[in-house]
Amino acid sequence: MVLLTELFQHFLPETILSVGVFVLLIIGAWRGERGFGLVDEMTVGLLGLAILSIVLSTKPDMAMLNGAFMDDGFSRFMKVLALIGAMASVIMSVDYLQRTGLEKFEYPLLIILSTLGMMLLISADNLISLYLGLELMSLALYVLAAFAREDGYASEAGLKYFVLGALSSGMMLYGSSLLYGFAGTVSFSGIAQAVAGSTSLGVVFGLVFLLAGLAFKMSAAPFHMWTPDVYQGAPTPVTAFFASAAKMAAVAITARVVMTAFPGATQQWRQIIVFLAIASTLLGSFAAIGQTNIKRLMAYSSIGHMGFALIGLAAANESGLRGVALYLAVYLVMTLGSFAAILSMRVDGKAVEDISDLAGLSRTNGLMAFFLAMLMFSLAGIPPLAGFFAKYYVLLAAVDAGLYPLAIIGVLASAVAAFYYLRVVKVMYFDDPAPEFDAAPFALRAILAISTIALLVFWVYPTPVMDAASAAAKSLL
Amino acid sequence: MFGFGILTGLTFLPLVGVAFLLTQKGDDPSTLRNIRWATLLTTFATFALSLVAWTRFDATSAAFQLVEEHPWFGSGLVYKLGVDGFSMPFVMLTTFLMPFAILASWESVEKRVKEYMIAFLVLETLMIGVFCALDLVLFYLFFEGGLIPMFLIIGIWGGKRRVYASFKFFLYTLVGSLLMLIAILAMYGHAGTTDIATLLKTDFPKDMQYWLWLAFFASFAVKMPMWPVHTWLPDAHVEAPTAGSVILAAILLKMGGYGFLRFSLPMFPDASAHFAPLVYAMSVIAIVYTSLVALVQEDIKKLIAYSSVAHMGFVTMGLFTLNPQGIQGALFLMISHGFVSGALFLCVGVIYDRMHTREIAAYGGLVNRMPIYAFVFMVFTMANVGLPGTAGFVGEFLSLLGAFEANSWVALIATSGVIFSAAYALYLYRRVIFGELEKANLKDIADLTPREIAIFAPLVLLTIYYGVQPDPILNTTAASVDHLIQSHTALLDAVKLAAASH
Repeated sequence: MVLLTELFQHFLPETILSVGVFVLLIIGAWRGERGFGLVDEMTVGLLGLAILSIVLSTKPDMAMLNGAFMDDGFSRFMKVLALIGAMASVIMSVDYLQRTGLEKFEYPLLIILSTLGMMLLISADNLISLYLGLELMSLALYVLAAFAREDGYASEAGLKYFVLGALSSGMMLYGSSLLYGFAGTVSFSGIAQAVAGSTSLGVVFGLVFLLAGLAFKMSAAPFHMWTPDVYQGAPTPVTAFFASAAKMAAVAITARVVMTAFPGATQQWRQIIVFLAIASTLLGSFAAIGQTNIKRLMAYSSIGHMGFALIGLAAANESGLRGVALYLAVYLVMTLGSFAAILSMRVDGKAVEDISDLAGLSRTNGLMAFFLAMLMFSLAGIPPLAGFFAKYYVLLAAVDAGLYPLAIIGVLASAVAAFYYLRVVKVMYFDDPAPEFDAAPFALRAILAISTIALLVFWVYPTPVMDAASAAAKSLL
Repeated sequence: MFGFGILTGLTFLPLVGVAFLLTQKGDDPSTLRNIRWATLLTTFATFALSLVAWTRFDATSAAFQLVEEHPWFGSGLVYKLGVDGFSMPFVMLTTFLMPFAILASWESVEKRVKEYMIAFLVLETLMIGVFCALDLVLFYLFFEGGLIPMFLIIGIWGGKRRVYASFKFFLYTLVGSLLMLIAILAMYGHAGTTDIATLLKTDFPKDMQYWLWLAFFASFAVKMPMWPVHTWLPDAHVEAPTAGSVILAAILLKMGGYGFLRFSLPMFPDASAHFAPLVYAMSVIAIVYTSLVALVQEDIKKLIAYSSVAHMGFVTMGLFTLNPQGIQGALFLMISHGFVSGALFLCVGVIYDRMHTREIAAYGGLVNRMPIYAFVFMVFTMANVGLPGTAGFVGEFLSLLGAFEANSWVALIATSGVIFSAAYALYLYRRVIFGELEKANLKDIADLTPREIAIFAPLVLLTIYYGVQPDPILNTTAASVDHLIQSHTALLDAVKLAAASH
């Protein structure tokens, strides 16, 4: 029995969510349509509770269930990020859902289920639990993407995401089966032992397919095609959830797979990661230039940012992982802030999504314009905002590892990207005002303000985040 | 206070003013008055504090002074500030010129006054930070951070093509700086620290030096700006509001020269010696070519902008002569160009505020209506030409002297630039000031107001004072320059010895 309580402690955040989701399901079914408000608030509470249970946890790292589940510093860091993303998405969605008549209690439940999948994914320590976590996350996301089922765009987004997602799952399963066949085990540490000496061609094939499947979830180029359409078509709070929490989980498991299962095949997987990183940063920068829809812009921006996170991973050492962890944390805050601003874009009750709708915002709503401008500068990586330090640490790792061409392509791509971020600032500050936005609900204003201020003053006291990121990186090696 | 020293106070004092401005709401005249006065007082207070720092600064020592250090990012990055003979004059120049920039915008800026003043105060913090930072990443943070307020200043309060100019300014500088960032990371990888004092003593391998030097050069050459990457400057100058042009010409350009002195020359001595001919070539092309371009300009601000590029050519030439005269001259020229070009842009601002055009052809015969203005403009024109007795002469003369010592052909071509500068400056002066006052709309143009006289008087006095008495500046920089040259020759000798012993 001692063992069971011990286990339970390590599963505490997952337990909170899985027990909570059933309770909420019953409450929702009992109260019907009226249940949304209560379920939504309780969801926020549950996610907050899960965050607390991780942050306050003092337990040592431990692998459980015959190595299917890993509770270590890296997983805790990433889980907190994913949970913050989920919680902020739920908070931001209330107003949107009520205005569009989507206030159904299933929405927060799907978010919890998807988040639960992410947490399993982040902690996955063998190929089976990786697949289970990934599918739990993705199935809930498919439904969420098409949640506005009356809306043609949303249905298209859901279908597209589902079809491409199924394809990527298939590729990943194929890769996994190859790996199992050649390594004789599904556990990451077992694979690491099997490939330690020489890497057979079959393992490399399996690795390629596995990484291709994960790249779909990260929306790293060239597996990014679904991203702009899904971002644009899905309801905006769902997009925020895709862009924040889902990305954390996808990058986290990619880092875990390559670092723990293939330390002996670094040369092989590094080529793939470097290619993904270069393709993503370049595509994210150049393809975004022509965008007029801000959600599509954020889609390309997220592709570019995933490329940058992968630059850190390509370094394949502790400083690279620290860079990845910090990058994801900063990216999460920037994304949540940007989507809070995008959700605040309403004229006469109708949501608008064009960049030109932001015109002259500095005169109609100076504070929001300032916050959004700072977010854009941070996304562009201009110091002293936090986005700069995120880029600094991944580039530092890449340069340390001798990946100079990668680092140089990365910074040049970020200079190109600066152009379209600046364009948003230009529209807000230099152009003549467009129709004024409606007053945004308090929750959106608060998230926008908190995230921007966090980015602005990060350099004054970076120690807590830096320490957490360093600890997370250390635990994975 | 709180374990922080005077330089932290100096750097962040303008932000205190920003905090006050943020509490001001509304657009009524009394609020605007409060905003203007609060900004002016903040810049004055910063200047006063910098004078205190100045009195505590020992010019006879080449070491970093007033140093303060605090742990920052944990892994190698430290929050470290300090000044030496290279940076102290620039700190003083910055704090000294800021009140003029604010006064110059007193009436000409009418829309979004609060945001304007905030942008300038934030910019001041970042500029002082650039010159005080003794950690490479901290330096980069201030160096790049300055792009944000300047981008907004040009883009919001600029002229017709402000959007184009602001983007060009931002992206040009960003691309150069990002390459420098890679070099900074590589230096960190090699030395394990970004502390500038330690890096100055670090010996970088020769091959690495070349790449590092080129990466830093990419950033500083754009900032300086050197031919052929100078094209952002005329656009930025023309479109920026008067105070923006003043700060751009007087201080932001000097960050390039400061960067050469602080990083390129002492940290990469082999590469500096190796690439000196390249710098010479680019400098003399800049001097001759941009002087000729200045000659045909129709826009007053554009003419002065090109003249700035030419003067910066003298600076880069002087710096890379690597002898005391050349470097002292380059430093002096940077300081004197700081207030001369700043004052010239203020002069343009005066007539622009009255006539709202910068076309040279729109003026003529101003001396008839504006005698005081004609005198002030003359002093700065002469200083810009480098007439003996003005501050402009000392720097140009010394840097040419240094160049003669290093490479007489370079000096010969560069000297022709002095003649060209006389040509375009005097030609401009004649077209704007002399002649008959024929244009109808100029008939009732008014001479300088007391506010404007108050702006120009100290600048005129300083231009002449430093022209006849350059010692205060030269003495401040002398110890650091000697130190730089000594360590430079020592390093080069060591390399030669090592090569000989093999």
